[in-house]
Amino acid sequence: MAGWNTHQGRAVLLPIDHIDTDQLIPARFMSVPRREGYGDYLLHDLRRDHEGELHPDFPLNRVSDASVLVSGHHFGSGSSREAAVYALVDAGIRVVIAPSFGDIFASNAVNNGLLPARIRAEDAALLAELLADNSGLAHIDLEALQIGVNGTHLPFVLDDGWRTKLINGWDDIDLTRQHETNISEFRKSRMQSAPWAQPAGAD
Amino acid sequence: MNAPATLLDKIWSAHEIVRRPDGTSLLWVDRHLVHEGSHHAFAKLAEREEKVAEPSLTFCVVDHYAPTRGRNGPMTPQIATMIETLRENAAAHGLTLFDLDDPRQGIVHVIGPEQGLTLPGLLINCGDSHTSTHGAFGALAFGIGATEVAHVLSTQTIWQKKPAAMRITVDGPLGPGVTAKDIALNWIARLGTGGAQGHAVEYAGSTIADLSMEGRMTLCNLSIEGGARFGMVAPDETTITYLKGRPFTPKDDAWTEAVDVWQHLVSDDDAAFDREVFFKAHEIAPTVTWGTSPEQAVPIDSAIPDPSQLADTKADAARGALDYMGLTAGQPIAGTPIDEVFIGSCTNGRIEDLRAAGAVLAGRKAKVPGLVSPGSAMIKAQAEEEGLDRIFSEAGLEWASAGCSMCVAMNGDHVAPGKRCASSTNRNFRGRQGRGARTHLMSPAMVAAAAVTGAIADVRPLLMGRAA
Repeated sequence: MAGWNTHQGRAVLLPIDHIDTDQLIPARFMSVPRREGYGDYLLHDLRRDHEGELHPDFPLNRVSDASVLVSGHHFGSGSSREAAVYALVDAGIRVVIAPSFGDIFASNAVNNGLLPARIRAEDAALLAELLADNSGLAHIDLEALQIGVNGTHLPFVLDDGWRTKLINGWDDIDLTRQHETNISEFRKSRMQSAPWAQPAGAD
Repeated sequence: MNAPATLLDKIWSAHEIVRRPDGTSLLWVDRHLVHEGSHHAFAKLAEREEKVAEPSLTFCVVDHYAPTRGRNGPMTPQIATMIETLRENAAAHGLTLFDLDDPRQGIVHVIGPEQGLTLPGLLINCGDSHTSTHGAFGALAFGIGATEVAHVLSTQTIWQKKPAAMRITVDGPLGPGVTAKDIALNWIARLGTGGAQGHAVEYAGSTIADLSMEGRMTLCNLSIEGGARFGMVAPDETTITYLKGRPFTPKDDAWTEAVDVWQHLVSDDDAAFDREVFFKAHEIAPTVTWGTSPEQAVPIDSAIPDPSQLADTKADAARGALDYMGLTAGQPIAGTPIDEVFIGSCTNGRIEDLRAAGAVLAGRKAKVPGLVSPGSAMIKAQAEEEGLDRIFSEAGLEWASAGCSMCVAMNGDHVAPGKRCASSTNRNFRGRQGRGARTHLMSPAMVAAAAVTGAIADVRPLLMGRAA
C-alpha cells in the first residue's frame, strides 16, 4: 500500500446521514473475489434502478472522476464488512469527509489507504456551500490536517497513529513483526499465568 | 495499592503486549472466530505465504451463507463456493471447523458461548460487528475488518486504541413482555446510533443482574447499534452457572482457578467512568423500530414521529426513512400491517427467544407467512425436544436450520422488495433483509404477536394468562 501526504481531487457531495455499510455494498456482492474489482457495487442500490441502470441524478453518477466524498453523520456505521471500503477504493475514492464515522469502517478505511476525515458538522455545511460554488476540487493535506476548497481551509481530525500509517503506507503485519520477541514472551507468560484461558480439548 | 479500575481497565491491561507512543496498544487475542466472510483475509495470508499463528485459538463456522431451508438440497454455485472456500482454508491451516452437518454448527455469536469458547476475561475477535455479544460474559470482544482478521490470523494480536469507559445502569424489575431487546432499542432510541461512539459500554444495575445470559447476550449484541464496539457485563453466578460443563470450558483445577480469577472481574466501587447513563426498567415498554436505523424506534403504544417535530439533525433522515418504509407520520405504530415475520439471528435466535415466541404462538395461527431459524443446531435440537417446532409449524410458520438466514439475506432467504417484515434481528437498514425490504425490529415475543395479528401489535394482552 502506497503512502501519501496530500491529495487533490474532485469532490462529490452526498449529504445523507447514516450511510451504513449495507448501503455502501449490499451483502449479495460480498462473495466476489477482490481481484475482480468492487467499484461497480459502490452504493449499488442507491445508484441503480431495479434493471441495473444508473440513476442520472444521483451525485456519484454525475461525476466520473470523483476521488473525494463529502457525506453526513455516521458514515459507514453497521457491519464490519471491509468490502464497503473496497467498493469506495475501487471506485477511485481516496478521501471520505464526514462529521462522524462507524468505528470499524474508519479502521478498515485506514488499512486500505482511504482517509476518513472527520470534520465539525458546521464545517460540513460550509464545505457543501463551497463545493456548490466552484469546480468541486478539494485539496487534502495529511500533515496539516486540512481540507482546502477554493482558498478556504478547514481542519479535520484524525487519530495520530492512523495518520502515520496513511502517510507511510504501513502494513500492520510488518509493524507487528518488529515486536516478535514481546509477543512470544507475552504468549509464554499468558499460558503460564492463565492456563484456564486455553480452550479445553484443543491440541 | 492499585488505582481503582473498571472492568475494561482490568481486561485491557491483562492483554496489553506493548503500547506505542501514539497510545495504540498491541493486544493478545485469546479467541479468534472466523466464518465464510473471512475469504478476503485468508487470501491476504496466501499472498504473503503465511500460516495461522495459533490454530488452537482459531475456530471456524459456516453461518452467513448457511442454507437454512432445504439444507441438504442443491446450493447456488456462489453459496457453495463460499462454504467450500472456508473448508479449504480451515483444512489448509489445521483449524477446527463447525461445518454444516456438525451438531455444533450455528451462528458464530451463539455457538461461541454455547461451546464454552467464550469465557470471562478473554479478548475475543471476529470479522463481524456483533462480536460485542460475547461481552455478556465479561470478555473484551469486538468486531474487526478483513485486514485485521488477516493480522490476527498471522500474529494472534490486534492493534487497538483503548476506548473511553461508559456505564449504562438499568435498575428495577422489567414489566411483563418487556425484554433485553427492548432495553437495547430503548437506550439506542434515546442516545442515538452514535450515542456510545468511542466508548466501551459496561451494563450494570439490578435489571441487568436479573437478566439471563441469553438476555445479556442480546443486550451486548446490540451495543454496536448504539455506536459502541464493546458491550460488557461483569461475570457473576449466572455467568458461571451457564458456563460450567460446556465442551471447551476449563476443567478440574483450571476451572477452580478460572472462577477465582473471574470473581475479580468487576469494576472497582470507586472506579471512574468517562460517561454514565441511568435508566429505570419500569419506564421501558415493548419497543419497535419505524425507520431505517435502530435509533428510529418507539414504544409500541406511541405514534410514528412527525419529522417536522424532530430536531433539524434528525428530520431529513426521518423523512427519508418514512418514504422508504412507506409509513405516515403521526399514525400509531401499532396496527401497521405486515407481510411476513422472521425469528432468528445472533440477536434473538436463542432458546429463550424461541420459548418467548412459542408462548405467544401456542394454539394460535399466524396471519402472515414467516420463517423461524434457530441460532444453532443444538438450539434446534433442544427446541424440537421441547415441542417448540410443532408450535411454530402448527401456527403456519416455517421451521428452518441454523444460520444468519434472513437477518442479512446472504444465504438466499430474503424479504421481497416493498414487503414489510416484523423481525427479531439487529438491523433495519435499507436493503438489509433484501433490496427494498422494510424491516421492523422487535423482540421475538413481539414478532410472534405481529404474526398472529398480521400487524405490529402489543404483545402484552396476548400474554395474559400465559407463561412468558
